[in-house]
Amino acid sequence: MLGILRAKVACRGVPASGLEQGIRVIASRAFSSSAKQMTVRDALNSALDEEMSADPTVFIMGEEVGEYQGAYKITKGLLDKYGPQRVVDTPITEAGFAGIGVGAAYHSLRPVIEFMTFNFSMQAIDHIINSAAKSNYMSAGQISVPIVFRGPNGAAAGVGAQHSQCYAAWFGACPGLKVLAPYSSEDARGLLKAAIRDPDPVVFLENELLYGESFPVSAEVLDSSFCLPIGKAKIEREGKDVTITAFSKMVGYALQAADILAKEGISAEVTETIHLIFYVSVEDIVRAAKRTCYRSVPLAATA
Amino acid sequence: MGRKDGCSKGKGGSMHFYKKEGGFYGGHGIVGAQVPLGIGLAFAQKYSKDENVTFAMYGDGAANQGQLFEALNMAALWDLPAILVCENNHYGMGTAEWRAAKSPAYYKRGDYVPGLKVDGMDALAVKQACKFAKEHALKNGPIILEMDTYRYHGHSMSDPGSTYRTRDEISGIRQERDPIERIRKLILAHDLATEKELKDTEKEIRKEVDEAIAKAKESPLPDPSDLFTNVYVKGFGVESFGADRKELRAVLP
Repeated sequence: MLGILRAKVACRGVPASGLEQGIRVIASRAFSSSAKQMTVRDALNSALDEEMSADPTVFIMGEEVGEYQGAYKITKGLLDKYGPQRVVDTPITEAGFAGIGVGAAYHSLRPVIEFMTFNFSMQAIDHIINSAAKSNYMSAGQISVPIVFRGPNGAAAGVGAQHSQCYAAWFGACPGLKVLAPYSSEDARGLLKAAIRDPDPVVFLENELLYGESFPVSAEVLDSSFCLPIGKAKIEREGKDVTITAFSKMVGYALQAADILAKEGISAEVTETIHLIFYVSVEDIVRAAKRTCYRSVPLAATA
Repeated sequence: MGRKDGCSKGKGGSMHFYKKEGGFYGGHGIVGAQVPLGIGLAFAQKYSKDENVTFAMYGDGAANQGQLFEALNMAALWDLPAILVCENNHYGMGTAEWRAAKSPAYYKRGDYVPGLKVDGMDALAVKQACKFAKEHALKNGPIILEMDTYRYHGHSMSDPGSTYRTRDEISGIRQERDPIERIRKLILAHDLATEKELKDTEKEIRKEVDEAIAKAKESPLPDPSDLFTNVYVKGFGVESFGADRKELRAVLP
């Protein structure tokens, strides 16, 4: 079920320096014209579609996810395909519907709760943390909560402070939650599928500005069983002089920074801490930093 | 009691026990949060076509919570089989209901959701009300039951219970409306059992409870390594360090 790419590849002409256990290296297909392009929006939509089709207990709940086709069109077409019982439009009551989602997860279902932006998740943050994240611990394993809270996080285009906060650090600091922040379409697709299949509560932080961006995807990514492992960092670009770590939209800037450095003769490695902002990425980052002799530049938070 | 042999293996805290296979999803630590959760359970029951209902219990203190009305609105919109039970003992911790609620008629607060007021000190009335509510909820959607009851002791171990009400009030209710006394009188009046039989039953039950307490006290406290278990269902062996990051404390399973 896990589609883990373990191929040794040459990335932009720099030979791969050997693979460490647990770090995934992506094949750069920038120069391959036969690779299909997919936007992050389509990647998320296809992931939701496939998971709902495979498991009848998966349902989507949120504001405007049904008839409006999704505030950002992520859930486009799903109401027509699966019906109003599985794609549920809610009133503007985050605390209420987040609690209802967690209750449904307590019972037997696998909800995907959409927050129009994560700024509104603060209205429901009690349910995310006290009702979802802590339940498995407090019941010593009796009550698990296989729920996904997803939505755009971080900066958008001039929407003001109340609509631009990044919640990665907030949720990443909570034990019991798994926090994911994908960058490319492949990440978005693989991680959302993994998040829906995961038995623990997952906070899935997307970025509104990334929705329209296209990335190349291979045939393996398009397969309906494609799934990425949760808990590993990813090397977007290999290098040997300095390591830059980032998550979500900042990975794009990190890659641009690496290009600029390359012109000055410095080979930068870009490690993407897309998985679990807080935990495992630390190990992988340290491993990556060791390879570039401890020179590390973290690009924290989204722009 | 926080012991290892408890249903939450000592990790639930003093008020948290669960039994999922019995349909008991536990007491929630955040006042009012259990109502949306209960309505979520009802959502899952309707989704799975279970023909079952959910009883979401809360007190008069929680009855003013906003999330309760948010979830109730959705339950009514989607006709969920949810029964909201307000156990009105007239005091939210130390605050009397007339100081907390503009409208203490909690069964009417549902507005578009029907409500019933039940004498919570009469066990048979409660039974009939629950039966009616279940039939109603399965056919027509949510209903509110307000159980008029009373709390003799304080809110918690540290509350004497007499700083916000008179002792006469407490003893008065105990004399006039005590639920167990009422059942006892009914049983004796209808000759269903003799005084002695009832006394024997009481002795037996007290003995059972005492034994259970003794057994619970014998149970050990959980192992310190249990601090790190059950954080996730499917963990990744994350390492947890001590204060200076040199001492590896545990690996989260």
